[in-house]
Amino acid sequence: MVETGHFALVLAFALSLVQTIVPLFGARLNNQRLMAVGGPVAITGFALTALSFAALASAYANSDFSVASVWENSHSLQPLIYKITGTWGNHEGSMLLWVLILTFFGALVAAFGSNLPATLRANVLAVQGVIGAAFFLFILATSNPFVRLNPAPIEGRDLNPILQDLGLAIHPPLLYLGYVGFSICFSFSVAALIEGRIDASWARWVRPWTLVAWMFLTGGIAMGSYWAYYELGWGGFWFWDPVENASFMPWLAGTALLHSAIVMEKRSALKIWTLLLAILTFSLSLLGTFLVRSGVLTSVHAFATDPTRGVFILCILTLFIGGSLALFALRASRLTAGGLFHPISREGALVLNNLFLTTATATVLVGTLYPLALEALTGGKISVGAPFFDLTFGPLMLPLLVLVPFGPLLAWKRGDVFAASQRLMAAFASALAAMLVTGLFIDGASVFAALGIGLAVWLVAGALTDLAVKSGAGSVAPAVMFRRFAGLPRSVFGTALAHFGLGLTLLGIVATLSFGTEKILTMRAGETVELSGHTLRFVGLYPAQGPNYSEDRGRFELIGVSGSPVGEISSAKRFYPVRQTTTTESGIKTLGLSQLYVSLGDEGKDGSVVVRLWWKPLVTLIWGGGLVMMAGAAMSLMDRRLRVGTPSRRRKQASVVTPAGLP
Amino acid sequence: MKARLSLTSIVLLLAMFFAGTAMAVKPDEMLADPALEARARALSEGLRCMVCQNQSIDESDADLARDLRILVRQRLVAGDTDQQVMDYVVSRYGEFVLLKPRFDLRNALLWGTPVLLLLVGGAFIALGARSRRTLATKALSADEQAALDAILHRD
Repeated sequence: MVETGHFALVLAFALSLVQTIVPLFGARLNNQRLMAVGGPVAITGFALTALSFAALASAYANSDFSVASVWENSHSLQPLIYKITGTWGNHEGSMLLWVLILTFFGALVAAFGSNLPATLRANVLAVQGVIGAAFFLFILATSNPFVRLNPAPIEGRDLNPILQDLGLAIHPPLLYLGYVGFSICFSFSVAALIEGRIDASWARWVRPWTLVAWMFLTGGIAMGSYWAYYELGWGGFWFWDPVENASFMPWLAGTALLHSAIVMEKRSALKIWTLLLAILTFSLSLLGTFLVRSGVLTSVHAFATDPTRGVFILCILTLFIGGSLALFALRASRLTAGGLFHPISREGALVLNNLFLTTATATVLVGTLYPLALEALTGGKISVGAPFFDLTFGPLMLPLLVLVPFGPLLAWKRGDVFAASQRLMAAFASALAAMLVTGLFIDGASVFAALGIGLAVWLVAGALTDLAVKSGAGSVAPAVMFRRFAGLPRSVFGTALAHFGLGLTLLGIVATLSFGTEKILTMRAGETVELSGHTLRFVGLYPAQGPNYSEDRGRFELIGVSGSPVGEISSAKRFYPVRQTTTTESGIKTLGLSQLYVSLGDEGKDGSVVVRLWWKPLVTLIWGGGLVMMAGAAMSLMDRRLRVGTPSRRRKQASVVTPAGLP
Repeated sequence: MKARLSLTSIVLLLAMFFAGTAMAVKPDEMLADPALEARARALSEGLRCMVCQNQSIDESDADLARDLRILVRQRLVAGDTDQQVMDYVVSRYGEFVLLKPRFDLRNALLWGTPVLLLLVGGAFIALGARSRRTLATKALSADEQAALDAILHRD
């Protein structure tokens, strides 16, 4: 089975070369038969990669320690779920997952792209093919997951205990679906540049892919944030860590792309910019892959420990980013700009959205890479941490978030800010009320709290206003209004939901940062502690045995108003003997939208234990908002114009094919 | 081959905390004076744990972070201002310890990029909008006007 997987992987590499070369020449020569090769090859390539991945997963599930990767990252006593998720809990397996998803998207284009113009489809598949070829080669040459050991070891070295969590089953696949999903937008852009032609049907094709990728990336980041929150044991949810930034940059650029693609589809303006943005977004995904995979972030010297991988990915990075940008520079002038609009219009609002999002992306990029560049160039070492991003990223988001509710209420071509403002009066009033309530009754000292809560309410109310206005609230009878509401395009709901979710996330962040409380103390069994109106009693510390770990579980009781326990929280410290590693399992009790978070520290000699507890008001909204944003994207994907498909371009093409000079 | 890079953002992030036995700030480190302790916590959030990746000493479990936390508190108890404490720590550990890089020439590009990009981008958009407007409202040339008149008065 393992050898079958290895063989399938090599074959998939060979097919990716075919997928690159044959359709590309077919499109060049306008040869239908050569172009038609792309589809079946892409689908077969996906099937082979899936077979290869299944072979590796089965080696993991069956604890086949003759495979080096399994031996290094698995253990026979691990629960089955972690044996399977361990498949991608390491460098080699995660790269295989990366190409699996890449070929999956390629196969989707092949399967559902029958309404695309033949040459565009061939070029898209060729670009997908060359990306695949580069990464297949990378895996086979530097990170082969099928390398065998002889003699086979009896027992494996266990999966990193922090990864032995359900988060590993969800977070990486979602994140990769997002990262790699942008490859389709990239391939479409490069294909358009190769053809030197771009039109509204191109945008109509690219937008759903952007939505899909963006939806998964949103989920992946949100899931990663929640995983870090409960696993790390100190309740932080975002750290401005370079590796996090690596996933955040494509998200920001992808968000900008999502919005500029709307302008291009509806008004065929911003064509060149949208194309560039699509290239940049996937370039940032590749950069993220490079930063995480090469080890350049952990330390600049990690190159020395495994230089081949880092250098290899750097070459891939240079090839694709440099190549596509060079092609862009050569061909962009051929593309015609279209669609005039007044600065105050929906287009204008979306341009501003892009300005702020792109600047924010660049800020995160500079903040992430500056220390590396400075050290390489001058040898000076500096750190760029959360305080930098708070001071730069924060102020950039402020005007953007203020403008969000205006966007959907402005008309295309020429909008009326005054009319939009009038419609937003109710939203503005509720935001002002929220600010006043926050400032007067909850926390008068913090400007951040009042402003942040006000802004979050502004976003939420703005999204509701958008729906209300488009249903005709206030101007038509309620019955008509409900009918109109039900008849609104799904993309309108999608927009409103996504903006609503953004408001929820902001509300969660601001509330947790501003009103959260913390207590650090030493407790003995039977003692109680009070935090923000919640009383916790420490019941005691109980040893327990898991399948591949031992743990000390601290049990706490939540005491109700009557003095009797109303709930239980338990937090544990686990010891994994194989890797000699200790992890903290935090105890979390969700009360409404807020959470009580308990984490255990060192044990004293007298049976006491250090306890750290937090009250995190509305914290679940941070990730709940992410889910709502995902729902918005899903809703938008179900829009009629995406379901029905794009109008064929065939007739137009026929006239293009007619040789010039004929009457 | 030994130093495996962990999987994705979170994985690498998590891996840095594998020492997770102890916790960041411990009860025995904390100062009795709540105002002073609050200042110590605020300062700690801006100081990097030198042996961790991008983690502040307030969050880190490492021994070095603990030493630094105790040092900050000692200086505060001795009566230093916040700025004096930071200067003292930087004089001992270098600028690397600051999570917020200084505003100086060396970091000009770092701090300047967001502002610069916003200005350049804004100017570009404003110019584009203006040229588009003039393009859209450009008056007809004499020939075009004549042609238009001819069409309008044809009947």
